[in-house]
Amino acid sequence: MAERQQKSKPASERESETVDEAAPPVTESGEKLKAELDDLLDEIDEVLETNAEDFVKSYVQKGGQ
Amino acid sequence: MALPKVCGIETEYGIVVRGADNNPVSASSLLINAYLAETARERKPVGWDFEDEQPTNDARGFSLDDSMAPEVETTLVNAVLTNGARFYVDHAHPEISIPEVRTAREAVVWDRGADEIVRRAMVAANSMLGDGAEVVIHKNNSDGKGNSYGCHENYLVSRAQPFGRLARQITSHFVTRQIFAGAGKVGCEQPGRPHDDISFQISQRADFFEEEIGLETTLKRPLVNTRDEPHADPQKYRRLHVIVGDANMSEMATYLKVGTTSIVLSMIEDDALGDDWVLGQPVPAIRQVSHDPSLTQTIQLADGSRATALEVQWGLLERARKYEQSHGLESIDEAVGADVLSEWEAVLTGLESNPDSVADRVDWVAKRRLVDGFAERHDVAPGAAKLKAIDLQYHDMRPDRCLALRAGLRTMVSDAESLSAMTHPPTTTRAYFRGRCLEKFPSDIVAANWDSMVFDIGRDPLRRVPMMEPLRGTADHVATLIDESTTARELLDRLGAD
Repeated sequence: MAERQQKSKPASERESETVDEAAPPVTESGEKLKAELDDLLDEIDEVLETNAEDFVKSYVQKGGQ
Repeated sequence: MALPKVCGIETEYGIVVRGADNNPVSASSLLINAYLAETARERKPVGWDFEDEQPTNDARGFSLDDSMAPEVETTLVNAVLTNGARFYVDHAHPEISIPEVRTAREAVVWDRGADEIVRRAMVAANSMLGDGAEVVIHKNNSDGKGNSYGCHENYLVSRAQPFGRLARQITSHFVTRQIFAGAGKVGCEQPGRPHDDISFQISQRADFFEEEIGLETTLKRPLVNTRDEPHADPQKYRRLHVIVGDANMSEMATYLKVGTTSIVLSMIEDDALGDDWVLGQPVPAIRQVSHDPSLTQTIQLADGSRATALEVQWGLLERARKYEQSHGLESIDEAVGADVLSEWEAVLTGLESNPDSVADRVDWVAKRRLVDGFAERHDVAPGAAKLKAIDLQYHDMRPDRCLALRAGLRTMVSDAESLSAMTHPPTTTRAYFRGRCLEKFPSDIVAANWDSMVFDIGRDPLRRVPMMEPLRGTADHVATLIDESTTARELLDRLGAD
């Protein structure tokens, strides 16, 4: 049991250390990330195979190592 | 002290032909031959030498005649390149084994070089196919239908350390490192479970592991592979053949995968890790971890307690920090080792606080972002074919189709470096000797493999140059000698005189 406590202790310590620093920028970078994702999704709509479903269906490989 | 962690990566790529006969073996041969024809021009390709291949030897000290030992297919296309790599057909896949490298960073450089080789090969092969036909390569590990193919790593480890300890202690890293090294997968391929049971999981490969330890690589795959084929002095070395990993599109993921594994292996070799993080049931655990992108489920440790994959990784990192203090990281390279430790901590911190923050370096997070974003925008249900297409196309090696190239992944290797790695060997291992000789004296080399080269210099018999030391034949050792030798005969004479 002592062993187990020792194992999980570092994680909780770190959590309390990181929360303060990580909290404020999340909204800002969150919005930036969302804008980036929108651009990315626009691009995916363009490059995704038009016959994606057939491509997935026909994608069969022989097992390897 | 732990041996230098000389390492390498072998990737079996997925291959399909569209608009023509879709035979993966002939397509793989076409791909490789087209590349060789384009790059070698009048130079005759140098074949692989199978003299020292012993894939049926078992690291536990016996040879299993009745096991499903891998067969070496000697008749298929098999070439050695001037960067020291091997490009060949394995089973029904094109495979590139990068040259032996000294650090995780070099592994990334030559892995990127391998990707560029495959891209160039696709273009070359397509110019040989008829109109409308196309070879398409994917750097992934599963077809989504229960068939898997590997991306293996190899690490130089000491023959002197007990293999049982190595296998017992490395398994916890193999099971949990996927939280930053997993490539992500839409769906489930665990035998006996419906595909749509899991909408998204962390690893491509986890569903395919059935044993803790064993010799097989294609059936009943084990977490720890015991193939004992050192490709080096067998009295001193083992080559740990790692088959649990995913092929990574993210350079940082490859770097972390190889870097952290090199550190953990060094700790085990120096008996500095201990048994604290040994797992209770590693085979179910690798799936549990993969099937839990929330990273909250616990897995059982050997002492009966439970921990999340993140906690296991934090524990291994803590040991690694202590190891850095007590032993140093020379075996990994001090500078690369220190950088790996700091990136390791950064990725665990990110995964713990806000997984999306590591979408710039962790493949499964980057892929999940695309899959979830697409599903939300187009109101697509989990498991839909379009989402599987995104999964597949993330790994597409065609630059105009590849989604990973568009996912905002951080890079650490410049284009110039990866293009150079297509044809130039690393300077830090015996691959330098192999690559330089192939580049300078191709018509005098009959065959080559990892631990020797065979020259025909017009004397009888053929001259075999053994290369049993992975760290001999580096640029420091032989660059001047090769530069100054105008013929292979002169080189061999001067080598012999050393």
